Amino acid sequence: MGGTGGPDKLIVNGKRLDSRKLDELRPLTIKAGTIPNAEGSCELQMGETKVIAAVYGPKEVLPRHLEESDRAYLSAYYDMAAFSTTDRCRPGPDRRSKEIAKVMRDALAASIILEKYPRTSIAVYVEVINANAGTRCAAITAAAVALADAGIEMRDMPIGVAGGKADDTVILDLDNQEDNFGQADVPLAILPRTKEISLLQMDGHLTKDEIKTIFSMCSKASDNIQKAQKEALLAKYGREKNE
Amino acid sequence: MILENKMTNKVIVKDREIVIPGDILAEGLDYLPSGRAFRDKDKLYASSMGLVNIKGRVIKVIPLAGKYLPAEMDAVIGTIVSTGKHGWQVNINAPTKADLNILDASNSYIDKRRAKPSDFFQKGDIAFAGVDKISENGYVSITMKGGMYKKLIGGVTISISPTKIPRVIGKQGSMIKTLKDKSKCDILVGQNGIVWMKGEPEMLFKLTKAIKLIEKESHTSGLTERITKLLGGKK
Repeated sequence: MGGTGGPDKLIVNGKRLDSRKLDELRPLTIKAGTIPNAEGSCELQMGETKVIAAVYGPKEVLPRHLEESDRAYLSAYYDMAAFSTTDRCRPGPDRRSKEIAKVMRDALAASIILEKYPRTSIAVYVEVINANAGTRCAAITAAAVALADAGIEMRDMPIGVAGGKADDTVILDLDNQEDNFGQADVPLAILPRTKEISLLQMDGHLTKDEIKTIFSMCSKASDNIQKAQKEALLAKYGREKNE
Repeated sequence: MILENKMTNKVIVKDREIVIPGDILAEGLDYLPSGRAFRDKDKLYASSMGLVNIKGRVIKVIPLAGKYLPAEMDAVIGTIVSTGKHGWQVNINAPTKADLNILDASNSYIDKRRAKPSDFFQKGDIAFAGVDKISENGYVSITMKGGMYKKLIGGVTISISPTKIPRVIGKQGSMIKTLKDKSKCDILVGQNGIVWMKGEPEMLFKLTKAIKLIEKESHTSGLTERITKLLGGKK
């Protein structure tokens, strides 16, 4: 945010540096069921950001004292691969990944019907293979697909998308340059069915109107992202559908 | 909250359509959710990825994936994992272990004061049992009472996805009949995705291959012929 050494202008003639429109998402590809050993899994690429998600469970809770008698215990783990950034990223949990795992857990917990699985645990693992801004949003979108692939009951499929500001203009789905040299970054998790928001963070300065524009932009984008999620899941069972 | 049925009642999905969590199934209070479907105000939604099944006013979503979740009256195959004072803990391929009380260990009457757990089951034994009761907070108890349940001696077990079990059994048991006739093995199928079989080692090997093929290609037609061929259709 506000770093030095970036490009002079991030938006030229209403177009962004990667020739996207202001409210255009990066190309999104999702593949479900890529890890056979996991109960459910997903591989997601959003522009140059690439993440894989795996879901294990419902299974017994370990350690036992975390067990809850009326609902499942949901744990989330977020990690960046050592080779995911331009400089080597020290592997293992750090302050940042622990925070992202926490907000990701909360964003997903809003949609999972945890009461259906008492005394069990559901574990979500997300590994970032290549980071190019928006990894926590990609992580949530991928985790939702992996959860659905695992057959876990959910009220909705949450999606993650970011809004922000660069060159005094509100934009959607920031890439690395816009994130580093822009003015604001607002990652959101949205439940597309009800348009409820289960994650809201903000870095930078925005006016009330700008926030409202970001909300409506992201809410519109949520339908497109969910369409991609659905296509990925149907593709796995596509052959069965044509039966 | 009392909802007035002002909306036009209509089904939005088609029968046998694949839905994902959050997909709308129907509008209005005339329809009832079943299986992996739920109601939010006056609309029905799917709560899991699955196939839609419409039967009159009931809209059901049958899950396509997922772990085995026990239901009362299910017939399951489990392995004894530990012996306690009053019974056993049994692994039935579900998220949590099931309890088998010593009083339910056999079809005949058991005198609790005299019976020892080791008289019936030991760690590692395989049991064909029925799910008796599931408590509110997810404790599963199973029973050996009921004609068909028994301790399984010898044989091997393999595990497949519980959602594919109906295909292994087939329409009116046609597939399982083919498997039994062609392999001349004893086969028992638990609704938890565990298949137990006993017979000639060579045949068991072929049978394992056949069952894995059914699991993998459960959606294709003409499967029975391929299975017959695999198990040596000449006989």
